[in-house]
Amino acid sequence: MMPAGYLQCLRGILWRELLRFVHQRSRFVAALVRPLVWLLVFAAGFRMALGVAMTEPYQTYILYEVYIVPGLVGMIQLFNGMQSSLSMVYDREMGSMRVLLVSPFPRWYLLICKLLAGTGVSIVQVYAFLAIAYAYGIQAPLLGYLYVLPALIVTGLMVGSLGLLLSSFIRQLENFAGVMNFVIFPMFFISSALYPLWRLRESSQIVYQLAALNPFTYAVELIRFALYEQLHGQAALITLSVTAVLLALAILGYNPARGMMTRKTGAGAEA
Amino acid sequence: MFKFGASGLLLLTLALTPPAALAERVFVSNEKDNTISVIDADRLEVIETIRVGRRPRSMAFSNNGEWLFVAVGDDEAIDIIDLETLQVRSRQASGPDPEVIRVDPNRPYIYVSNEDDNIVTVLDYERRSRVARIPVGVEPEGVALSPDGKWLVNTTETSNMAHFIDTETFEVVHNVLVDARPRHAEFTKDGSEVWVSAEIGATVSVIDMEDFRIKQTIDFDVRGVPRETVQAVGVELTSDGRYAFVALGPSNRVAVVDQQSYEVLDYILVGQRVWHLALNGDETRLFTTNGVSGDVTVIDVESRRALKSIPVGRFPWGVVVSP
Repeated sequence: MMPAGYLQCLRGILWRELLRFVHQRSRFVAALVRPLVWLLVFAAGFRMALGVAMTEPYQTYILYEVYIVPGLVGMIQLFNGMQSSLSMVYDREMGSMRVLLVSPFPRWYLLICKLLAGTGVSIVQVYAFLAIAYAYGIQAPLLGYLYVLPALIVTGLMVGSLGLLLSSFIRQLENFAGVMNFVIFPMFFISSALYPLWRLRESSQIVYQLAALNPFTYAVELIRFALYEQLHGQAALITLSVTAVLLALAILGYNPARGMMTRKTGAGAEA
Repeated sequence: MFKFGASGLLLLTLALTPPAALAERVFVSNEKDNTISVIDADRLEVIETIRVGRRPRSMAFSNNGEWLFVAVGDDEAIDIIDLETLQVRSRQASGPDPEVIRVDPNRPYIYVSNEDDNIVTVLDYERRSRVARIPVGVEPEGVALSPDGKWLVNTTETSNMAHFIDTETFEVVHNVLVDARPRHAEFTKDGSEVWVSAEIGATVSVIDMEDFRIKQTIDFDVRGVPRETVQAVGVELTSDGRYAFVALGPSNRVAVVDQQSYEVLDYILVGQRVWHLALNGDETRLFTTNGVSGDVTVIDVESRRALKSIPVGRFPWGVVVSP
């Protein structure tokens, strides 16, 4: 296959994802409303909670609403990643996935294209959210908005890979509620998205340890530091490694010879 | 962790900056540590810690720019620091519990509020003698000198007054009642007004020097912050007549006030229990002492944003920037 063909394939998948996103305006609004409610309502009520402590990478004291922004950026990407997985299940149910899978390109490539497309959409959502937060008065250094882009790509790929892996397990759309309860909520709440790790440690050692093991914590910290023009080496390493492992598992999961697809198709046929 | 390209650029800029431009230093008195932290105003780092007498609070520079005077309350003295060597070179007795000091711009005099004695003491730092003892109200604290040196204002915490003292006769000429627990006084650059903060009243009274009447009272109310934690203490005025900054104690905020309209423009979050303030030479940066969190917050005046908080000693009280 010629490299130009690969590029065209990537362009096609990206375009489809973007079109789907543009046509689902309610999805865009929902993707923004969710973090905005957290920012304008939840964080406003707690604005004093962190005003008395200094946490890296911040150089001085910050309000809670400033602290929570990178966590909410992570949340946007987390929901988007899961929504992508939901769309995979939908595509499979509706049969449109066949169109994708009969493509002559290798499956791993198609999956990576799908991931990149999902990540691209999540980045559009993130920048829209950051723009609103900026107008609201939560302003990071201007260069930070540029430095955060690679962090957003890595985080988008990580949660996207997770979504992809999950979608290889989920048989029906209805099961998505389970994903919400057992994946999104624990990942988001038991992380440094809402409170710094030292604060979690003050209240519960178990929650602290779970949060310290949660890869989403490192994704959020990667975003947080990048937004303030710093590179968190450990967070970058962990996020990249977890992305690689999840992606490998997802590709394996979609492998017709070895993965979950075969078993599921079989199971589906029996049902 | 490391900073991206911006930090490299900063280092390069610093390397290319002539040494004279690095001379600006910020002195912070640490009340519980008995030390003065010296901060490089460009690098925003503590570069030296000077051991002084017990309970250092207010500081002032000598007119020749060679010495820094530090009121060391529990030693009932003024420690004199040589700005060249950054060491205490001598000490002068000040009377009981010296709290706030100011230097006369025209004479080698230091004005000292003696909190326990209800006295403002005038010292001659060249002759090492006491010039006068001026009886004032109960618990004198804030001291301010008019730019021409003709008027000395002293606030007394329990009497709730601003006393106007003629510096020729050393006598109280006017008394103005202000809100509860006046802490600090500051003249505008043109000397037409004096701003007096009241800690418990949480107000700043602007007194007209023409008729010694309060022409405006400024209230502070930080949204979402308990009213009782809003306590007005340090005041700093820009010389261009644009901004006034007021430290609001345990509310952890510095208020930005329009010097002309007296309107509160903004509240800036800083460290815990912000006490006193100082502007740097070109008035682009404001330094705040945060007593409970033990640090100094640096505020960018133009953008009215906190840039950085620098840990210093325990209970930083006063701050001055070397000329």
